Amino acid sequence: MSIILSDISKQFGTFTALNHIDLEIPEGELVALLGPSGCGKTTLLRIIAGLERPDSGRVLLNGEDKTEHHASHRGIGFVFQHYALFRHMTVFENVAFGLRVKDRKSRPSEAMIRKKVHTLLELVQLDWLHDRYPDQLSGGQRQRIALARALAVEPSVLLLDEPFGALDASVRKDLRQWLRHLHHDLNVTSIFVTHDQEEAMEVASQVVVLNHGRIEQQGGPSEIYDNPVNSFVSRFIGHTNIIDTEQVDQIWLSSSGLMPTDASQKVAHVRPHDIEVVKDAEIPSQAVLKDWQHLGSLIRIELVETGLQHFKNPIYAEMPNERFKQLQLDRGDQVAVKIRNARWFH
Amino acid sequence: MNSIALSQPVSQSSRQQQALVDPFWLRALLISIAVGFIILFLILPLIIVLLEAFSKGFGAYVSALAEPDTQSAIRLTLLTALLTVPMNTVFGLTAAWAITRFEFRGKSLLTTLIDLPFSVSPVISGLIFVLLFGSQGWFGHWLAEHDVKIIFAVPGIILATLFITFPFVARELIPLMQEMGSEEEEAALSLGASGWLTFFKITLPNIKWGLLYGMLLCNARAMGEFGAVSVVSGHIRGLTNTLPLHVEVSYNEYDFVASFASASILAGLAIVTLILKTILEWKQQRDRQELSL
Amino acid sequence: MRQSYIMPGFRPTLGFTLLYLGLVVLIPLSTLVFKSLLLSWDDYVHIITNKRVLASFRVSLSTSLLAALIASFFGFIIAWVFVRYSFIGKRILDALIDLPFALPTAVAGIVLATIYQPNGYLGQLIMDVFGVKVAYTPIGITVALIFISLPFVVRTVQPVLQEFDSTMEEAASTLGASRLQIFSRVIFPNVFPALLTGFALAFARGVGEYGSVIFIAGNLPYVSEIVPLMIITKLEQYEYAGATAIALTLLVISFILLLLINLLQLWVRKRSGQL
Repeated sequence: MSIILSDISKQFGTFTALNHIDLEIPEGELVALLGPSGCGKTTLLRIIAGLERPDSGRVLLNGEDKTEHHASHRGIGFVFQHYALFRHMTVFENVAFGLRVKDRKSRPSEAMIRKKVHTLLELVQLDWLHDRYPDQLSGGQRQRIALARALAVEPSVLLLDEPFGALDASVRKDLRQWLRHLHHDLNVTSIFVTHDQEEAMEVASQVVVLNHGRIEQQGGPSEIYDNPVNSFVSRFIGHTNIIDTEQVDQIWLSSSGLMPTDASQKVAHVRPHDIEVVKDAEIPSQAVLKDWQHLGSLIRIELVETGLQHFKNPIYAEMPNERFKQLQLDRGDQVAVKIRNARWFH
Repeated sequence: MNSIALSQPVSQSSRQQQALVDPFWLRALLISIAVGFIILFLILPLIIVLLEAFSKGFGAYVSALAEPDTQSAIRLTLLTALLTVPMNTVFGLTAAWAITRFEFRGKSLLTTLIDLPFSVSPVISGLIFVLLFGSQGWFGHWLAEHDVKIIFAVPGIILATLFITFPFVARELIPLMQEMGSEEEEAALSLGASGWLTFFKITLPNIKWGLLYGMLLCNARAMGEFGAVSVVSGHIRGLTNTLPLHVEVSYNEYDFVASFASASILAGLAIVTLILKTILEWKQQRDRQELSL
Repeated sequence: MRQSYIMPGFRPTLGFTLLYLGLVVLIPLSTLVFKSLLLSWDDYVHIITNKRVLASFRVSLSTSLLAALIASFFGFIIAWVFVRYSFIGKRILDALIDLPFALPTAVAGIVLATIYQPNGYLGQLIMDVFGVKVAYTPIGITVALIFISLPFVVRTVQPVLQEFDSTMEEAASTLGASRLQIFSRVIFPNVFPALLTGFALAFARGVGEYGSVIFIAGNLPYVSEIVPLMIITKLEQYEYAGATAIALTLLVISFILLLLINLLQLWVRKRSGQL
């Protein structure tokens, strides 16, 4: 089911949570609403679910205007950040809840409910826990039960609020992959909220970056990473060196290959892997290797300028492990810096 | 960042949106039932106390209170509270210290036993002291020989009140000190502070509102206890009548103005207790919020 | 033995606690048990099965039960209204709920008797409209016990409603549940144990209550005579054995009720997997 949000605004007192949001989500996508805390992403999700009423704007699900529809009549599945499992019910009863509260006409038979719940529990690989209570489960298990419960009513849209936020790092990694595969199998239009850009890039097919109640950019993960439309997105997604050309020596700039093409370009954003470090006595050096860290397959190098402290902050470069060994770099080395690619913002 | 942090609580409280709000007619109905019930059962009796006390005019009210019997009842009530509240406070502090700062066997049994007087009918609380010290009681004979009077005398009233109000301070402090933990005290002790210094500088400031809360409830009950005191007092006017007993005696003698005049003092005491209680709850809550920030 | 190296005062505080507990509570209370051991079983049965005594137990238990039920119903509504809605004067009313704890029972007793006696403020009205006499009947006892019971229910239910995770309601809503279904299937089952606890506390307190009841009860033998009054009557007639036997029975009933409350709370925690 496709989702269209048009001109959605929401105020909480004097705080503007959402400021004229327009968003289209085609059917079958797995979308991440990404942004720092307080950017309005959770509010937007709750408005889609009908848990919050927008001050203005419309919510269209599959072309139908559902703005005035109650949450219970929108055909959405919602997975809460802290799962909101019913504490007084077993896992089985939790998953069966959505089926049991249907009115008599559309309620499936008891046998059907049993079959369906067990199928769902098998889908989330937790059928063996069916008679436990939520307080007896681990965080990851609760998460999957919450998902099974939301799926039981066959929602046409699945909404997840910070689905991995409350989990341990190791569990989080596994569940990310699992969610991606599950989405692939079910093909339900899904939206999840996250503040973790890595998580958004890893899981989602579409990323919507929000800040201060506005959409900054929407696109596929690679597009967002390679072509950030503004300085906020560039800084928020991945690592970036920010170089203010007005504060840096012009000779340094030209020798590193970072020259603005017109006067309006003042601040350069350079990804660490777009910086090449050369150790060669022939080439005049512009920087000193202050420190380096091992990041697995990559080495991160911390560079400060030779002599004068022109950079307020060090510049970070990244290179593959083998390259680092090849260059025989070490702390204190004088190196030349070549910037291969930069994006300019002002 | 600041604006975000500040605006979070706002969005939280306004979260009770569409899905959670009851329809207006239901809210109005339930609020009416609740308020009506409270007016009928709680506010009306308070008003009636005053109406009855002043039914024969202000002069009659004052002279009823000025009567020697009333005066002596007030004095005895104050004496009882003055003796029992400090004793049970000291007990509450030591019991809470022992229970929350150490591990020992039978701890949960001890905690249960401390609560015991709450589950004993007031009449039984009086009866047990009659069984102990009454003329037919265990020590009755010995007491008579040595001309010591406990039952139908002031000591009996104090003992019964002590029993009735026994758990108030302890049961307030035990959960509070449990929650507080002993890290701060251990830090002070490891820095070389003595046990008493640690108690006065670390423990007491942390539990002061809870302690006052417990003492307040203890005091209200000590001044207001009726059933237990009634059994052991013997209702001797001017000698063993506390204010609640004076209320009863005057009422049974159809001296309603005197009865309700005394009752109005006790009702005033209850109102003051409720106000102080609300203030203390508010202080405690505020301290807790400051801690969690 | 955590903490024992550095924390001072274990022996003196525990020693004083046990000594004081023994002197003030345990020794006096144990006299009741020892005194009743002097009674033979037949004597005990004879005292308890006396018609007037049995009637007093019937009156006490039935009025306390009814009062606790009524207080539970209204107490739940009051707690609900306090937690969920906002209206003018809420904080004052909230503070007033504890009045029955703070108001001496004798005061409550004479006031309620004055209000509900046949020519009283409400007694007359109820007599005229419904033809029912409140004071000096079991109805009067029930009214007094409702007054006493109310804060027990409100104060046990209120914090549980306050702590109730409202995202459970939202979850139920997104799963298609109606408001009524959310209440009956999600909210109420979570609050019910607290309501039951409040009910049992109120019931236990009601059975032993004396001061607020005797003025309105009328104390007619077989009709409106409560158990605590029976104890006092026996005592005034110097029938110590009779008073002891009745008191012990009453005490056992209270303890059984409290045991049930504890078992209930244990069961609830076990059922929801917290143990």
